[in-house]
Amino acid sequence: MDYDVVIVGAGPAGLAAAIRLKQLCDREKRELSVCVVEKGAEVGSHILSGNVFEPRSLSELFPDWKKQGAPVEIPVSEDKFWLLSSKHAIPLPSPFRNHGNYVISLSQLVRWLGTKAEELGVEIYPGFSASEVLYDDNRVVGIATNDMGIAKNGSKKSTFQKGMELRGRLTLLAEGCRGYLSEEVIRKYQLRKQSGAQHQTYALGIKEVWEVEESKHRPGFVLHTVGWPLNTKTYGGSFLYHMANRQVAVGLVVALDYQNPYLSPYEEYQRFKQHPSIRPMLEGGKVVQYGARTLNEGGFQSIPKTVFPGGALIGCSAGFVNVPKIKGAHTAMKSGLLAAETAFEQLAKGSEPAKLDSYWERLQNSWIWDELNAARNIRPAFHYGLLPGLAVSAFEHYISKGKLPYTLKHGRPDHLSTEVSKKHKPIDYPKPDGVISFDLLTSLYRSNTNHEHDQPSHLLLRDPSIPEKVNLIDYAGLESRYCPARVYEYIPDENEKLTLQINAQNCLHCKACDIKDPPQNIKWTTPEGAGGPGYSIM
Amino acid sequence: MKVMVAVKRVVDYAVKVRIKADKSGVETSNTKMSMNPFCEIAVEEALRIKEAGRASEVVVVSMGGEQCVETIRTGLAMGADRGLHVITQDSSSLFPLAVAKLLQALVSSEQPRLLLLGKQAIDDDCNQTGQMVAGLLGWPQATFASKVSISDDKESVCVEREVDGGIETIQLQLPAVVTADLRLNTPRYATLPNIMKAKKKSIQRVTPEELNVVIGSDLEVLEVTEPPKRKAGVMVASVDELLDKLKNEARVF
Repeated sequence: MDYDVVIVGAGPAGLAAAIRLKQLCDREKRELSVCVVEKGAEVGSHILSGNVFEPRSLSELFPDWKKQGAPVEIPVSEDKFWLLSSKHAIPLPSPFRNHGNYVISLSQLVRWLGTKAEELGVEIYPGFSASEVLYDDNRVVGIATNDMGIAKNGSKKSTFQKGMELRGRLTLLAEGCRGYLSEEVIRKYQLRKQSGAQHQTYALGIKEVWEVEESKHRPGFVLHTVGWPLNTKTYGGSFLYHMANRQVAVGLVVALDYQNPYLSPYEEYQRFKQHPSIRPMLEGGKVVQYGARTLNEGGFQSIPKTVFPGGALIGCSAGFVNVPKIKGAHTAMKSGLLAAETAFEQLAKGSEPAKLDSYWERLQNSWIWDELNAARNIRPAFHYGLLPGLAVSAFEHYISKGKLPYTLKHGRPDHLSTEVSKKHKPIDYPKPDGVISFDLLTSLYRSNTNHEHDQPSHLLLRDPSIPEKVNLIDYAGLESRYCPARVYEYIPDENEKLTLQINAQNCLHCKACDIKDPPQNIKWTTPEGAGGPGYSIM
Repeated sequence: MKVMVAVKRVVDYAVKVRIKADKSGVETSNTKMSMNPFCEIAVEEALRIKEAGRASEVVVVSMGGEQCVETIRTGLAMGADRGLHVITQDSSSLFPLAVAKLLQALVSSEQPRLLLLGKQAIDDDCNQTGQMVAGLLGWPQATFASKVSISDDKESVCVEREVDGGIETIQLQLPAVVTADLRLNTPRYATLPNIMKAKKKSIQRVTPEELNVVIGSDLEVLEVTEPPKRKAGVMVASVDELLDKLKNEARVF
């Protein structure tokens, strides 16, 4: 199938780009065919985010979004920031300026964007995984979806359907953080080298949405914490946002450059909920959904060149999260808008081959660049520890605002930051109480995740012997602890020897393993379409 | 020969179901909905019958609000030829008898020789609609089908049914009603080209009034609650204590 523009990923960036293309078509009376493929079963199924939303880009896309009924309804009413110790919560001045922002479910907003896109004539195909980039003489000419109906042993089942090629005059990759095809394209065209960027750094966010008692519900209440349960060497923090309908989004974000292989972000999150100032906010409520996803923390220093022959990277596939603000949806959407405007110009002009080079220039002249540049020194400062980090953040945030001519560098890549297990002690995490904290499999059930079980594992090991030779011995099998879906388990085999078992069916598509594995032996590839989590209010 | 398949839109089987705060039913807003798995199997069987040359047309029918159209499109994307949508105010008042009466009306106007349904919907587990519509039509019925074979002369159908004691094989004169069980087949994936083609296929809309059917509320849902939480086990100190608890608390003997 041939299209003018093929977009991989129906997230905020992908849909903003698709919508903008069609809006320009309407305005300029031109026709362009736009196709969006999405591996989730529905638009929004794989979308997870805090989310305190800055509506700046939404207003650029739809100035009358309120009238059109966008699910952006709860303005931020309180903005709190606490430093936690194991027993206390010390209020600090909030570094955020959330006035004018809204507490939303990004999954819900993306679903709304999907309906708007379809109304404008965008073809959206959920349930199809783009598994291959198509090249023609060094130029990206589209993508191919993966074959469906292949059994675990690799044979074709009766339901076998060959994947399909979707060719585009231009291809936009909007796969989110650590996108499968995006990473391949970044490597192939050396996009980080081209922009002089550093490596990307990441964090893993674990989130639940709770339904709380009416008396405890404060719509628009926004809380962030730092400190306990994470130690001063581990960057991260929690969030707790009151949405509509008595729903509360709560979660913990742990930077993936943590050093202790015994750390379990999931268990840290469960522990966090038991804090005497947090627990009462959730008591009496029940969990509606659970999920996890990695996010970019590299900011300005890690932005690769976003343009390659035949296409571009938009959204978190490139990496535009403003880490101190903890917001990335607004910049993701803006990058989609900029790419769409460039693409429209090129395709309307009829240039063959169409080139998106001016998208890279537009990015650098946009408020995305200003924002990320101003915030660039904050996250790297935490490499030196919590207190230096807070000190530099305060200085940068209130005084220098990124204007001083220094740029801190990131430390080692996340996968090289883990120390060997013999340097650390196992952490004795408290048992779940089943009321506020839960065991992982109970939580996983709440993510609505599922995959067709009779398919090859989508988690590939470059060398199948490495987990037992390296991960187990040097790092105490750390993947069995950081994976928020219990995909990786070391089980004794018939000779009582521990071997790695990969429960691919559990996967939440968070990409933590692709990022954190010390020997970079685990490769996340996309499974059969329509599998994965079923987020609807995350 | 025309085959009609009735399909239902239900909460997706992989979704953790929640009860609405007012206990009036299951929460369906912000919840993923899909075609009932047994209905998918019924559609697949209809398509296979057509591909074997025994049927000329497969019509997919669903009843409920606007969103039913998505479910009908899934059937069309799998390969059905046409869709029929019976529009009702809301889906929650469509109990099996009402659906059966609507199907009876549709059958009399469409005149299919085979009516396929899933054996039951995974939301209410009623397992009644197929049986009721067969009764209303006066047609023979074969429920829990695990194998369906239309005869060469297309006058009868041979069905293997999964019953408690094993497999029962019966032969029915057409026209007949057959409801699909799990092992009948594995439904095909809707391919991208077929999804694209499905957008152009027609879905005819009709109201219960146009079919002369009054949807009476013969059932009323009083309350929906979660099953009681599993209680923690109790450690007993001796066999005597175990026997005592089995007799006096669990009342096993």
